[in-house]
Amino acid sequence: MAQISLPKNSEVNKGKYFKDKTGSKNIRKVNVYRWDPSTEENPRIDTYEVDMDNCPSKVLDILNKIKNEIDPTLAYRRSCAHGVCGSCAMNMGGKNGLACTKPHAEIDGDIDIYPLPHLRVKRDLIGDLDGLYKQYQSIEPWLKNNSSKDTTEIFQSKEDRAKLDGAYECIMCACCSTSCPSYWWNGDKYLGPAVLLQAYRWIVDSRDDERKARLKKVADELKLYRCHTILNCTSACPKGLNPAKAIAEIKKMLATANV
Amino acid sequence: MSSYNIINHEYDVVVLGAGGSGLRAAVGLSEAGLKTACISKVFPTRSHTSAAQGGISAALGNMGEDDWRWHMYDTVKGADWLGDQDSIEYLCKEAPKAVLELEKYGVPFSRTDEGKIYQRPFGGMTKNYGNGIVQRTCAAADRTGHAILHTLYGQALKHNTEFFIEYFALDLLMKDGECKGLIAWNLNDGTIHRFRAHSVIIATGGYGKVYYSATSAHTCTGDGNAMVLRAGLPLQDMEFVQFHPTGIYGHGTLISEGVRGEGGYLVNSKGERFMERYAPNAKDLASRDVVSRSMSIEINEGRGVGKDQDHVHLHLSHLDKSVIENRLPGITEAARLFANVDVTKEPIPVVPTVHYNMGGIPTNYKAEVLTVNGSEKTVPGLMAIGEAACVSVHGANRLGSNSLIDLVVFGRAAAKRAAELVKPGAPHEEIPETETQKCLDRFDKLRNAQGDNSTAELRLAMQKTMQSKCAVFRTEKNLEEGVNEIRKTYDGMDSISVKDRSLVFNTDLVETLEFDNLIRQAVTTVDSAYHRKESRGAHAREDYPNRDDEKFMQHTLAWCDGKDTKITYRPVHNSTLTNEVQYFPPQERVY
Repeated sequence: MAQISLPKNSEVNKGKYFKDKTGSKNIRKVNVYRWDPSTEENPRIDTYEVDMDNCPSKVLDILNKIKNEIDPTLAYRRSCAHGVCGSCAMNMGGKNGLACTKPHAEIDGDIDIYPLPHLRVKRDLIGDLDGLYKQYQSIEPWLKNNSSKDTTEIFQSKEDRAKLDGAYECIMCACCSTSCPSYWWNGDKYLGPAVLLQAYRWIVDSRDDERKARLKKVADELKLYRCHTILNCTSACPKGLNPAKAIAEIKKMLATANV
Repeated sequence: MSSYNIINHEYDVVVLGAGGSGLRAAVGLSEAGLKTACISKVFPTRSHTSAAQGGISAALGNMGEDDWRWHMYDTVKGADWLGDQDSIEYLCKEAPKAVLELEKYGVPFSRTDEGKIYQRPFGGMTKNYGNGIVQRTCAAADRTGHAILHTLYGQALKHNTEFFIEYFALDLLMKDGECKGLIAWNLNDGTIHRFRAHSVIIATGGYGKVYYSATSAHTCTGDGNAMVLRAGLPLQDMEFVQFHPTGIYGHGTLISEGVRGEGGYLVNSKGERFMERYAPNAKDLASRDVVSRSMSIEINEGRGVGKDQDHVHLHLSHLDKSVIENRLPGITEAARLFANVDVTKEPIPVVPTVHYNMGGIPTNYKAEVLTVNGSEKTVPGLMAIGEAACVSVHGANRLGSNSLIDLVVFGRAAAKRAAELVKPGAPHEEIPETETQKCLDRFDKLRNAQGDNSTAELRLAMQKTMQSKCAVFRTEKNLEEGVNEIRKTYDGMDSISVKDRSLVFNTDLVETLEFDNLIRQAVTTVDSAYHRKESRGAHAREDYPNRDDEKFMQHTLAWCDGKDTKITYRPVHNSTLTNEVQYFPPQERVY
């Protein structure tokens, strides 16, 4: 039988245990992935006992509490704290989401917090999204309208504008792409749901003159057709968007249009 | 002496910050053929511009007659006559062009039946110089900032702007009163970088996080403002802090003024629409300082709602379902997530919440940074835009939807001015090593700080002081306590503790450097407030309830060296830029 082994430094060890010092009767255990590139050490899981009586409702509140009161060395991204900037995307209780909008009450038992899956980790909960950002640039996310250089606006009907709903709201948090098994395997070539949703957003913008060229550009075995309609993306999106549907729409356009 | 390896860069222009104004400047600079670096501590689309909801003002006249002069009058009045009218003229006249440009960049604005950009009513925006409500605020549903930020990032990518992302800027490099560049720390690999530039454009946003309850992001720490203070330059009008009337009670999340623009209204515990008493004409669409004060009075006089009677209700369940669905989807989601409220059935609990800093780095309408040394003069090599800057177009109180337009108009102006001043590829002067060393010594000292006070504790103490001593209503006694208390917190810095000594994503150190930035701005804010003995716009003194144009129609300038501040004043510009409009002389401000 084939033996598969992982490199030694990919093993996750048991880390430090931070016992509650407040004497609270309402404690939850929070297990957090830690890795510091400036040490030679393997990643580890640190466990924190957190006093839930004095903790607001979201997972980000737990992380802030740990950082402010227990262990200031914990590293994670966060900014707006209300689900619009997309900084604090991570894996909580086995599901991707935004720490600032995810209620910890929705997680049973110990709370496990990991970086977004299948990214190179920069440190602790901070994943490397550089590859995804490059893919985003590759779909040329800007309006290509050749007609008007004059001062009036480009008109767009309400119906045409409505086609952008469900696409322009994407916050690029990468919860969808990093929940996609296809993206895990072929993330270097497959564009993944986040970027394809953005490709779709420009393809269906009635003001854009390059619809065909945009379609042609993504019509690729690897870039687009690695989507196998697993639908993890749609179930992961913390903004309630449906990247899988956008991908299906692109495929449909390609099947029916003369590109 | 601390020793770090330094990686050197040379650019024509460096933009610090990648929110709406920084990105707009970067796009303009790239178009002008200037070698530009854009440095940001967060990925551009994470910037706080993304949180702007209601819209961007411009007298397009898509929803009825409008005129940029009316917009100018409203802005002057909203500013309680503390704005510079030459800059306000520039803002309002350029606004329509700037919005149409955004539309062509691809911003997904909501549309009218004719397919034009949809515009909604907003607080303080009127027609014909205060006679009736106008629809001037261009909206992409209630996600306008998000839509603009992502679109501008796309434009920057189109122009191949060179980004330095997740770099934390430490200090400006100054030589003989001129700015020559800056030092930044790369969080990704822990390296230190020195950027030389003929012009540095600061676009680092506001510093809302000096307060405990703010709509501001965790990253709104006014880093550029503090760098300017450390460079020995003043900040302007720091006492003017805007409290947004409708932050979600207990959490601080912003609920757009667009809710009231679309017909929502505020109600006290007696079920009264109390704004009718305070602003008989504009009612719930009076300017933000007026609405926030009215809410505070209702709460202070015992007419607040809830167990502690300490907030009020924002009703929108009477609105048409389609209005809520199409124009207010974002706040519907926010109310559900953070107040557990279904807005189609229940009111949202709201309370005035710190939202915006009218004050900041003084500039002229070309975005050049100003200082006063005998007379008003520009600081060569330094510009500032966006919330970090105090142009001053917002004066003592900003009107809703005037911030997004400020970002793009002055982002564009900064790029234009830099293109006039900087010759592409011009050689760089040597900068004395002492400047770099001074900056790295501060960095190294904090990195190795072994005191007893955690950054989080000091930050909390600062935030609580600001929240209780420098809030919606202020008094001599309160402010004096604030002036003293904030210095105690400042002294706590001498014994600050940083546990993490590493250099890669050391967010313990980042937060400490941010605190070092915040506390300086807290000191200048409370000191500036203490010295302004009048009520104007967002600065409401119970002991000086009236505006005093004779003494205080002046901008406050505050220098800060450690905890020592120097406060002086400079006159508000009392003329317009051109003769296309006349100066609006001070009037009584009623809504």
